[in-house]
Amino acid sequence: MANVGWDEVNDAALLNPFENSMQDLVNTAQSDRDYSLFSSFSASTASWRVVKPIYNSDVCIHCQNCWVYCPDSAILSEEKKMQGIDYDHCKGCGICADVCPTNPKSLIMYEEATVEDSALASWPEKKKKEKKA
Amino acid sequence: MSKIIKNLKQFSTANERLEGAHLLCPGCAHSIIVRELVNCTDHNLVIANATGCMEVCTAVYPYTAWDTSWIHIGFENAATSAGAIAETYKVLERKGRLNKNAENTKVLAIGGDGATYDIGFQFLSGAVERGHDFTYVCLDNEVYANTGGQRSSSTPVGASTTTTPAGSQSIGNKTTKKDMIGIMAAHGAPYVAQVAPNKWKDMIMKFQKALEINGPTFVNAMSACTTEWRFPSHQTITVSDLATDSLAFPLYEIENGVYTINYRPKNIVPIKDYLAIQGRFKHLFKPGNEHIIEEWQKRVDKKWVQLQKMEEMTNS
Repeated sequence: MANVGWDEVNDAALLNPFENSMQDLVNTAQSDRDYSLFSSFSASTASWRVVKPIYNSDVCIHCQNCWVYCPDSAILSEEKKMQGIDYDHCKGCGICADVCPTNPKSLIMYEEATVEDSALASWPEKKKKEKKA
Repeated sequence: MSKIIKNLKQFSTANERLEGAHLLCPGCAHSIIVRELVNCTDHNLVIANATGCMEVCTAVYPYTAWDTSWIHIGFENAATSAGAIAETYKVLERKGRLNKNAENTKVLAIGGDGATYDIGFQFLSGAVERGHDFTYVCLDNEVYANTGGQRSSSTPVGASTTTTPAGSQSIGNKTTKKDMIGIMAAHGAPYVAQVAPNKWKDMIMKFQKALEINGPTFVNAMSACTTEWRFPSHQTITVSDLATDSLAFPLYEIENGVYTINYRPKNIVPIKDYLAIQGRFKHLFKPGNEHIIEEWQKRVDKKWVQLQKMEEMTNS
C-alpha cells in the first residue's frame, strides 16, 4: 500500500484485507493467510496498553474462556490449546485475567514494563478456600 | 453448513474472521459479540454495517478489521442494504449467474442501538415487513457511545448521559427503554431473540438459528459499554453476568410467535446490584432517589412474570 492522501482517495474506498483473492477463508489459519497492509492484522494497538496480561502455562487448563471473551482477538489458540498472547493486538483490558477460572490464575495483569520471567518466578501460590464460619 | 459447536474447546479451533487492532475501547463488548457472530458459522458472510462504534472503529482508513465482505453506506440504511444484497443474490442464483464461490452466502446487518431503535427504525421496519432473507444484529449499549454518550430510545430510566445529565434537579433519563424485541415480533418476523456476551453458548445457538432461518430475523445483543456505563474495562463480563442474572436483560427467543426462555437464573440478583456496579446510575443511590430503583425492580419482576406467562401460553 502506497501512502495515499485524501485527494487521491475515491468517494468510496475499497479495502482488500488480502493480497490475493481469498478462497476458503474459514479453513485457513491466520498464520497461513496472505494479509495485505490494509488489514488491521498488520497494524498494532500495543501502545494503548498500561497493564499487560502475563500467561503461565503451568497452571493453565486450556478452558478457552480467555479466547472466547477476548474483544481483540489477541489470545493465540491452536488445536484446542492456549498458546499465549498476541501482544501486537492486546489492549490490556484485563477481561482474560478476570474470566480465568484456575487457582492461582494463569493470566495475571502486570505493569507494562514488567519482565515476563521475573513475573513467572514470583507467581502467586494457590489460595486456600476460606472456610465458612 | 452451520457448524456444530459442542464446547468451547471445539469453538476455539475456529479461524478468526474479525481481526484485532480495531480501535474499539479496551474491554468493549461489541467485538466479543461480533467475533462470536462471524466465527460461529462456515457460511460466507456479507455484512452491512450501520454507522456506530462498530463501523467507525473497525474501518478507519487505511485499515479494515473485517475478513468478510463488508459495506457501510449511511447511518439509517443497514437493513435496506442488507435486504438489497439478499435480493441480488436470490436473482443471480435464479438466473444461474451466481459465482460458485458465492454460494452459501448469508447476509447480515449490524447496527448499534441508535441505528436500530431510532435512526434506522423505519428502514428496519420496512425491510422486515418486505421479508428479505437477512439477519439483523443490534449491538445494544443503551447510548450513542460513538458521538459522546447522548441518550437514545434504548436508554433506561435514571441513566445519566450527556443529554440527560443527573444533577440536583434531574434524575437522568426520564423515559423507559423501548421494547424493540416486542416490536420486531409484532412485525411477524420468524425469529427474534435477545442475547448477552457472557452466555456464549446461548449466543452462538441463537446466531446460528437466526442465520439458518429463511426470512428476516432480529437479534438484540446486550453490549456493556465501559466508557458510557462507567465501569473498569476488565468488568465487562461481570456486568453482563449481573445484567442477565438480575433479569435486566432476560435471555429469550420468539420463534414464529412461540416464546422460549433460554436462561433462568438459579439465584435472581436484585436489580440494585446491577445498577451499583455502573457509574451512570451512581446518583440513584443518593437519598431521595430510592423510588426509582424500587420502581425498576417492580418493572423487572412484572416483565419476568409476563414472559413466563407468554411462554406458557404460546407453548400450550
